[in-house]
Amino acid sequence: MADYPVHEYDVLVIGAGGAGLRAAIESSAAGAKTGVVTKSLLGKAHTVMAEGGMAAAMGNVDDRDNWRVHFADTMRGGQYLNNCRMAELHAKEAPARVKELEAWGAIFDRTKDGKILQRNFGGHRYARLAHVGDRTGLEMIRTLQDHGIHQGIEVHAEYTILTLLKDGERVVGAFGYDREKGRFHLFHAKAVVLATGGIGRAFQITSNSWEYTADGQALAYQAGAALLDMEFVQFHPTGMVWPPSVKGILVTESVRGEGGVLRNKDGKRFMFDDIPENYRGQTAKDPDEGWRYTQGDKNALRPPELLTRDHVARCINREVKAGRGSPHGGVFLDIAWIKEKLPNAAEHIKKKLPSMYHQFKQLADLDITKEPMEIGPTTHYMMGGVQVDGDTQMSAVPGLFAAGECAAGLHGANRLGGNSLSDLLVFGKRAGEFAAKFAKENGGGKINPADVDAAAKRAVAPFDRGTAGENPFAVQHELQEMMQKLVGIVRVEQEMQQALSEIPKLQARAARAGIGGNREYNTGWHTALDLDNLLAISEIVAIAGIERKESRGAHFRDDYPAKSDEWGKYNLKITKGPDGRPKVERMLVGPLTDEMKKCIEEQK
Amino acid sequence: MASATFQIWRGERGSGKFVDYTTEYEAGMVVLDVVHKIQAAQANDMAVRWNCKAGKCGSCSAEINGKPRLMCMTRLNQLDLTQAVTVEPMKTFPHVKDLVTDVSWNYEVKKKIQKFTPRKPDAPDGTWRVQQADVDRPQEFRKCIECFLCQDVCHVLRDHNLHDKFIGPRFLIHAAQLEMNPLDTGDRLKALKDDYNIGYCNITKCCTKVCPEEIKITDNAIIPLKERVVDEFYDPLGGLFKMFK
Repeated sequence: MADYPVHEYDVLVIGAGGAGLRAAIESSAAGAKTGVVTKSLLGKAHTVMAEGGMAAAMGNVDDRDNWRVHFADTMRGGQYLNNCRMAELHAKEAPARVKELEAWGAIFDRTKDGKILQRNFGGHRYARLAHVGDRTGLEMIRTLQDHGIHQGIEVHAEYTILTLLKDGERVVGAFGYDREKGRFHLFHAKAVVLATGGIGRAFQITSNSWEYTADGQALAYQAGAALLDMEFVQFHPTGMVWPPSVKGILVTESVRGEGGVLRNKDGKRFMFDDIPENYRGQTAKDPDEGWRYTQGDKNALRPPELLTRDHVARCINREVKAGRGSPHGGVFLDIAWIKEKLPNAAEHIKKKLPSMYHQFKQLADLDITKEPMEIGPTTHYMMGGVQVDGDTQMSAVPGLFAAGECAAGLHGANRLGGNSLSDLLVFGKRAGEFAAKFAKENGGGKINPADVDAAAKRAVAPFDRGTAGENPFAVQHELQEMMQKLVGIVRVEQEMQQALSEIPKLQARAARAGIGGNREYNTGWHTALDLDNLLAISEIVAIAGIERKESRGAHFRDDYPAKSDEWGKYNLKITKGPDGRPKVERMLVGPLTDEMKKCIEEQK
Repeated sequence: MASATFQIWRGERGSGKFVDYTTEYEAGMVVLDVVHKIQAAQANDMAVRWNCKAGKCGSCSAEINGKPRLMCMTRLNQLDLTQAVTVEPMKTFPHVKDLVTDVSWNYEVKKKIQKFTPRKPDAPDGTWRVQQADVDRPQEFRKCIECFLCQDVCHVLRDHNLHDKFIGPRFLIHAAQLEMNPLDTGDRLKALKDDYNIGYCNITKCCTKVCPEEIKITDNAIIPLKERVVDEFYDPLGGLFKMFK
């Protein structure tokens, strides 16, 4: 084995968004020597983009709220494919995790009596999201970052992990490179936490940045862990659609939480037309009741704009396809109309939605206090990911943990807005805690030099092919276009089969990817190396999508438009088979305890 | 489709030159779109940092036509495209490659600043009671996305290279949000005077002008901090009071 710089840790955390930082803080507080590897600079991860808030049943605004309601909301939103143990832990522990952030320096918006303010959000029965204007993710990541740096956590900023290293069954480290100099690094670790986020870069229209190339899912899969629920990709209903260069950038759900409504080109508020059966008892009967709900009237029910994201995205898709869309292929999201209801509406909007005001003003020359926004669905979140134990967050590979978006379970078939930030905190903490425990109890293992050499050889191959090879950016763009078209919001068997036949061709091209220049901060090289993970996971998304022959949550099949009770019994589990190909199995959804059943019954 | 010319700084560790790239553009594009387009088609190995592309992460800071800005928030219709547009890395930090600089100094500075230390919780459940009006100001400073454009433009750092003596506007507002947080019990005034040398700032407000979050860095953070330092250490009457307290 060549002489690479070696970093020794008890716990290595891959990813420095909310989940990774929270895991690192916990592991380090437990006395484990902790290192964090992040593809970007510290504090830039996708968490920073989260806007609306973190869901926690603190009951500061509505004292009817408690963990039982939050649990039931999460299960209903996930169409009962959730890992119920995770949904229970999440609902119970989120309030403590939010309060802890305040003790670490976060400054949340306040209620009149000085407590942490909570806001309404889609699928949540009561006002539940602790927030700071519409920049809650920034507050969260900065708080964790600033707390973490005083805890002796070592951060490797702008490093990318290429492969996990194993000793027999267990994980013993990882191998990667630093982006700045392009040197390889060997990480020797007793436990590894994956917190790498999502797979948004597999699609063309996305709110995700360049980093989200399915790294955690792919690293775990290649290392022998199982992936779960990979057919469930969330398309957020409201992304920007114009100008073209900002297509996909997120428009927070809080716009609707604060009273924003969706209209088609005829000015019709179309969401009242299609309210799913299981939400009928929780939805406003008319626009006036919906408005009163957004203004905190406890006796009012929520407007249909605040139904779950999967449903709202499909309704928008339907309007556009029926020719009732806006000029640039979306629909209108209108918050300006509230001036009919509030005296100083413009100031109110700027105070409640400052970054949305800013974003539209600067990027689209549009004043949201005066005009409606044009929006359409954008790839937002991966419900599926690494299968983990609900309590410890450990995968099937001993010593390998996963938390946050790259793990599966909490959200089932569809995630509720606001449940992501709380997910990061609750399960980031648990992953850190149990990774530190694993490290202590099991010690280190031996790295196999041949594994390291093979990974290094593979990684430098694009330079051997030079600029005569395939352009890695072109391969990525084609994959994104293909996935958007064939495995997007509305799916059919034939198109997904077509995607499966395209992927090997793209894989062959990725294997020929070439790059010029040297190894120092070479973005083309980094893009070429990211292709493997993106392609492997895109294929798995299509395989799972074909397998689930029903429509449920974020997975909508035009050829199987109904929900099936039979399919509701299973999660799809994917592992790497003995032939090196993805192997799909149906796995029975974990049984609910009697108490859980009662929680769900109470909220029907 | 119209085309325009961009001169992008190419090179490593301080040495380099502007290279001309001509590319097509369409309505609504921002400078980062152009840089990506050039990177994907004409210069695969070009180094550029970016993440959110929505002005929220502060990764894509650069100097566009000599002005420190976020590439993702600079629309082409704000620029004169009849002439070549220059895009170059921030000058205050060591150059790495092309548009990327080494901003690690900033992360080291932050570690030195005394961390948030809350008072005892106000309620038995471990929480605090704080009025919104009392946190409006620190919340303004917490909007900071750490793009470091204010550090880039600050002449104490940019022209005088006093990185080892002065923490710069970014960390003055960091200190200010801690000092003005009603829960915090820490005291950073002596450090602001002696170690962070807040006195070096002569309030030219260049930092405020370039802040993409429109934080009133000078008026709302630096000047009040300077006043607090003066009150604490240079007020003769106040000093007398303190002696007898």
